[in-house]
Amino acid sequence: MESNGYQGVWTFAEQRNGKLKRVSYEILARGRELADTLGTELTAVCFGHNISEVDQLIAHGADKVYLIDDPALAVNQEDLCAGELARLIRENKPEILLAGATSLGRAFIPRVAAILQTGLTADCTGLDIDAGKKLLLQTRPTFGGNMMATIICKDKRPQMATVRPRVFKKKAPDANRKGQIIKVDFKKEAVTSRTRLLNFVENITESIKLEDADIIVSGGRGLGKPENFKLIEELAEALGAAVGSSRPPVDEGWIPYSHQVGQTGKTVCPKLYFACGISGAVQHLAGMQSSEMIIAINSDPDAPIFDVATYGIVGDLFQVVPLLINKLKCE
Amino acid sequence: MEYFLSETQKEIRGLARKIAEERILPVRAELDEKEEFPWEIMKALAESDMFRVFVPEEYEGLGGGCFDLCLVVEQLSRVCSGVAVSYAASALGSITLIQAGSEEQKKKYLPDVASGKKLAAFALTEPSAGSDATALKTTAQKVAGGYILNGTKQFITNGGEAEIYTVIVLTDKTKGPRGASAFILEKGMPGFSFGKKEKKLGIRASATRELVFRDCFVPEANLLGREGMGFIQTLRTLDWSRPGIGSQAVGVAQGALEAAVDYARQRVQFGHPLIALPAVQNMLADMAIQVEAARALVYAVARTVDSGAKDFTEESAMAKVFAADVSMEVTTKAVQIFGGAGYMRDYPVEKMMRDAKITQIYEGANEMLRGTIAAELRKRRGRRD
Amino acid sequence: MNIIVCIKQVPGTTQVKIDPQTNSLVRQGTKNIINPFDSYALEEGVHLKERFGGKVTALSMGPPQAEEILREAIACGADQAFLVSDRLLGGSDTLATSYTLSRAIRKIADFDLVICGRQTADGDTGQVGPELAETMGLPFVAYVNKIEEVGAGQIRLQRMVEDGYEVIETSLPAMISVVKEINVPRLPSLRGLARAKSAAVIVWTAADIEADMSRIGLNGSATKVIKIFFPNRERRGEKLQGCMEEQVETLVQKLRESRVV
Repeated sequence: MESNGYQGVWTFAEQRNGKLKRVSYEILARGRELADTLGTELTAVCFGHNISEVDQLIAHGADKVYLIDDPALAVNQEDLCAGELARLIRENKPEILLAGATSLGRAFIPRVAAILQTGLTADCTGLDIDAGKKLLLQTRPTFGGNMMATIICKDKRPQMATVRPRVFKKKAPDANRKGQIIKVDFKKEAVTSRTRLLNFVENITESIKLEDADIIVSGGRGLGKPENFKLIEELAEALGAAVGSSRPPVDEGWIPYSHQVGQTGKTVCPKLYFACGISGAVQHLAGMQSSEMIIAINSDPDAPIFDVATYGIVGDLFQVVPLLINKLKCE
Repeated sequence: MEYFLSETQKEIRGLARKIAEERILPVRAELDEKEEFPWEIMKALAESDMFRVFVPEEYEGLGGGCFDLCLVVEQLSRVCSGVAVSYAASALGSITLIQAGSEEQKKKYLPDVASGKKLAAFALTEPSAGSDATALKTTAQKVAGGYILNGTKQFITNGGEAEIYTVIVLTDKTKGPRGASAFILEKGMPGFSFGKKEKKLGIRASATRELVFRDCFVPEANLLGREGMGFIQTLRTLDWSRPGIGSQAVGVAQGALEAAVDYARQRVQFGHPLIALPAVQNMLADMAIQVEAARALVYAVARTVDSGAKDFTEESAMAKVFAADVSMEVTTKAVQIFGGAGYMRDYPVEKMMRDAKITQIYEGANEMLRGTIAAELRKRRGRRD
Repeated sequence: MNIIVCIKQVPGTTQVKIDPQTNSLVRQGTKNIINPFDSYALEEGVHLKERFGGKVTALSMGPPQAEEILREAIACGADQAFLVSDRLLGGSDTLATSYTLSRAIRKIADFDLVICGRQTADGDTGQVGPELAETMGLPFVAYVNKIEEVGAGQIRLQRMVEDGYEVIETSLPAMISVVKEINVPRLPSLRGLARAKSAAVIVWTAADIEADMSRIGLNGSATKVIKIFFPNRERRGEKLQGCMEEQVETLVQKLRESRVV
């Protein structure tokens, strides 16, 4: 699609089980800023069934919401979503489309891009507007987080990007904001899904979800063996924190993948992040460095983790952590 | 050192090394600690065709010789000789069959060995017959259509895990060694059972068990070669296999040398890395010389074996004895360089030292083999006179 | 069951430097390897072939030296290999790449399932799979961690999502992307290595796959990289001082001041 006549910023508001995901608000916050810079409208698109708090999309910055509410969309059928989103884009011609780089977003947004034959940038951590050319500057980590690349989509529209969760901050809602919720009919006959969801099995071992935790205590290779994760768990318990991990313990099978923080794991942004026995490879830093406060405990004074740590203790974690647990428990 | 390996041999060595580093290294401490038979790794070796290396092409092997086998064993042993010996024992259990088996017997058993579907084992040692193989007590009594076996084999590598066993027994007690014969036994034959798994000093990933025969019927078709040939067949088998033990010893020593160099470079005492100390440098240099000399001898003998030479008893014994002694010495020195850390199970060198010891003992104790070498020397001197 | 596995050659390390003179990427002396995520795709393909028969075709797009990974794929069990290689394909983004691969797959024609890795280790986009599926008009399931059952004309899979896994059924032919939890890729075999040495890797140009020249390479790419740079990391570290007890004491005090704890 060529760029003539395209206007407005769109965000895809992802929901799961009728509840809007946090990333939907995060991209709305950034989308609002981009729309303001461009002097245009911000529209959220939402698919699902019996979705609660759709008006919150307005309160969080949308001028308009396109809502398709249909039982067929109660679970996220990727091919149906892709077809419907592409149809709405063709009809309304937005210049920018943002979606969360979640497992859903990263799997179905590329299909929308392929249908529309336009450009898509994956997993962006930076979004800006080139003032002169009015182009979306899409910045993302590449080479395993070692490098950053800024990418543009010059001629095709919309300019599409998936956005890494937890990179942009959700804004406080404004209940007085006015906007329009437009219900769109689901074109059942237009698309039929060839895939069927038969079952969903929840599999969360941690008691506190990593992405939602205010405090995370993570362990790394320095733990030496799986049993030593108990120490991390004890500290987490003393702090009311979730347990995270860098990649080596996950690769070694000491702890399930769902605990992994970093480039190939989860991106987290807690108020407090403890890195115990983690050297701080860029891949790990990519997933946690925007945490508000970072505490590093490592025996190697030159470990890169100390470069991003707010406070660091150079020492044997097997000595430091028990002391810390003791101290915290005494209080 | 340049050993002029063929392209295929380089491929074999490279792939064996890859398996060792990617599949064995991550689990070797655990295998040692738990004394667990490495089935997962045997499967990986099978998938990579490693069991085909020593089997003739007619029986779905790759037709490699003693040298190709040594290259694999050395690379596996460099990381864990408990795993290496489990692999090598399958070769040992097949050699008599390859050398003396009939076309039918080979067709029946070798393809499964080659594919790694079944492991093989070789059973000679008995409670009263260790180095003295003439003191065998297990008997095979001729009956209609076959033989009835009675007796016990001891310390059998792969015992209980293997499906195919080459067993040396007496078919004629009155003739001593000339009354020995070799049979192929299959796990599950009535009257064939296993004793408990032995707890060992080293090579703890490997399985060592007793084989117990109680009125075990073996069909005539399972006799290898002719009756009474068992002892000669055994000598030929061991002459062929001893360079393999040599390569196992070289592999452990190489692993220990590398670990010691790494540690000596990192460990700082008195303000310098250990490797800056002349005493440590001397130790490391001697270790390196010994390992290379042992490797050169083992390779040369393995090539002699493959050359079609008729008699290589002496050379084969030399390769095994020398490499085994080197292995013990080098691994002991490696522990010394590591100091207190080396004595701990957190580092791999104490395991290597435990693993090295067996190479001086099995497939002919070094003392006995020195006797064999000396006997050859006497014979030759005698011929010249 | 005939399977096409899409694989890519990537640098063996993601450690890169920028040449300060030319501002271009320098990949120092690194060996090129098969994209680690793709090796799970290949293993799953070979595994399915062993279970259900058929053949595995490895397909790659890249410079001529990408032939190496296709030979490696043959050593690991692939039956045949195709490389799409043409100077005209340089600078392809995911849209152009997925179009090009779709042309090659149409030329191969005979398949029930296309498998790819979840993403590449160098680009990290994970977009080529779904874009390719859409271009081919195939159903697509991402992040497959287990193939439960293959039936007549359909397949049942498990795929990972953030908070668990979903069981999904889809009709064949289809395309899936796999995650590393799905299997342990086998190492090459000696016979495979021998086969790989003598096997023919068929190289196709853009013309061979009858590609629309406006949809490949730079022409067919909607996106363009305009800047590459190192992430800036502000140095804010403060290492605490004193004996261990004092340091821990200070830390707890700082935590309390922050009001987080």
